[in-house]
Amino acid sequence: MTSLRLLGIHLRLGILNELQYRTNLFVQVIQSAVGLLTALLGLGVVFSKTDSLGGWSAPELLAIVGVYTLVAGITQLVVQPSLARFMEDVRLGTLDFTLTKPVDAQVLISVRQVEVWKLVDVVVGVGVLGIAVEQLGATVGPAEAVAFLIALLAGVTIIYSFLLILATCVFWFIRLDNILNIFQSMYEAGKWPIGIYPPWLRTMLTFLVPIGFAITVPAEGLVGRLTSPTLLGAIALAVALPLIARVFWRIGVRHYSGASA
Amino acid sequence: MTDLITLYRAQFKTTIASQFQYRGALAIWIIGLILQPVIYLSVWSTVARSQGGNVDGFTASDFAAYYLTALVVSQATFTWIMWEMEYWIRQGNLSPLLVRPVHPIHQHIANNLTFKLLTMAVVIPVVVVLTIVFRPNFTISAWSGLAFLPALLLAMALRFSVEWTLASLAFWVTRVNAINQLYFVVFIFLSGFVAPLDLLPEPVRAIAELLPFYRMLGFPVELLLGRLSPTQALVGFAAQLGWLALALLFLNATWARGVRQYSAVGA
Repeated sequence: MTSLRLLGIHLRLGILNELQYRTNLFVQVIQSAVGLLTALLGLGVVFSKTDSLGGWSAPELLAIVGVYTLVAGITQLVVQPSLARFMEDVRLGTLDFTLTKPVDAQVLISVRQVEVWKLVDVVVGVGVLGIAVEQLGATVGPAEAVAFLIALLAGVTIIYSFLLILATCVFWFIRLDNILNIFQSMYEAGKWPIGIYPPWLRTMLTFLVPIGFAITVPAEGLVGRLTSPTLLGAIALAVALPLIARVFWRIGVRHYSGASA
Repeated sequence: MTDLITLYRAQFKTTIASQFQYRGALAIWIIGLILQPVIYLSVWSTVARSQGGNVDGFTASDFAAYYLTALVVSQATFTWIMWEMEYWIRQGNLSPLLVRPVHPIHQHIANNLTFKLLTMAVVIPVVVVLTIVFRPNFTISAWSGLAFLPALLLAMALRFSVEWTLASLAFWVTRVNAINQLYFVVFIFLSGFVAPLDLLPEPVRAIAELLPFYRMLGFPVELLLGRLSPTQALVGFAAQLGWLALALLFLNATWARGVRQYSAVGA
């Protein structure tokens, strides 16, 4: 509960802060529009030559684009900027101020920085999903909606834990500024169902960098092609990975010596 | 001239030293470089297989040859001037470059070439591995192999001049990120990166052939793979030269005006 309240406070702070720079909204709207345009034009070119890509129809792939944009929006809204700031804090030694606060440090470093305008991507993602659902029509029932929501929640949890584990490595390596951007450049691959990739890449995108769980699996849930073993696997990972990340975080914090403070 | 050679040699050394400091940035760039073509290669191979082996004459192994060559060409032609120039201008870092007795473009060209040479050490093994994985259908004739080299060099020069010109828009607009993004969307669609030009719907394909982007990527790729007739190759070289001349004209004009506009923000 504390973490939700903290998130609320930082969200409000972020909004108040950003309202000073309203042109940034405009820039973000253009960026989101360009991103969406790229995805849709790509789909257009592919589907002018075929009716289905690896078994996915055009509206089903539209659902993937929706999940892709939504999950990118959610992680870039809070998780990524907060973790980037945390890594900077470790490097500069200013993490001291966070560690001495009377709340759980992991919670604090995970919600502290909010990029408010990324909400545009969240809205765009939901909008695209809405259109996809409308095109899919009757095939999306309550069972699909529930499967989608569970898989989405699991996916976001997995991505958060994964990014936290990556960021925690900073306690040992100090200079790791780009590690989160590496994830960003791999995220691109999630725009398409991971089933189309060659096996080695598919394995990488499922287990090494869990993009498959974050994007393809929720989309499968929505279009009704999610099997229960996959869903159970996603749930199991969404339970296990945060615990692993937590243990790793604890070991990391113990390793922290306040670099230059 | 000898001064320039000394300058380039000094620049090579400093770039090599500084690149080893920023290994993280190097890793990101290499992942992006490999992943992008592999994504589109996977998409189009899947389409080819589902259409009974080929799409408009392209089989899965034709796509593999196309995208592996595209990987090499985009590695050779890639520039990062749009980000660097924005940084130079916003942070005022351009000021020390301007007081030097040589045009800052030389420093950037030297940087760019050194970076390419360095990353070649990664790109070549990657291409070899991907060749084993994707089994491309490389059928390269002697003349297309020979013609490829000048086409690649012209593509490098053309892309560099166009992107340098666009980058100098940062003299007038302080936030060029949105413009850069827009440029890259246009680039990947009309250069033949998202799909070989022949697969684009008709009016788009014809327009793409007229614009310079195809000459920076798709043209050298198709030339090497022997997909072009000698006439098409000659037309392509003429187009590359024409666009390059035009781009250099614009480059000079915007630079001259931009430097006068420059007020060293933040310096």
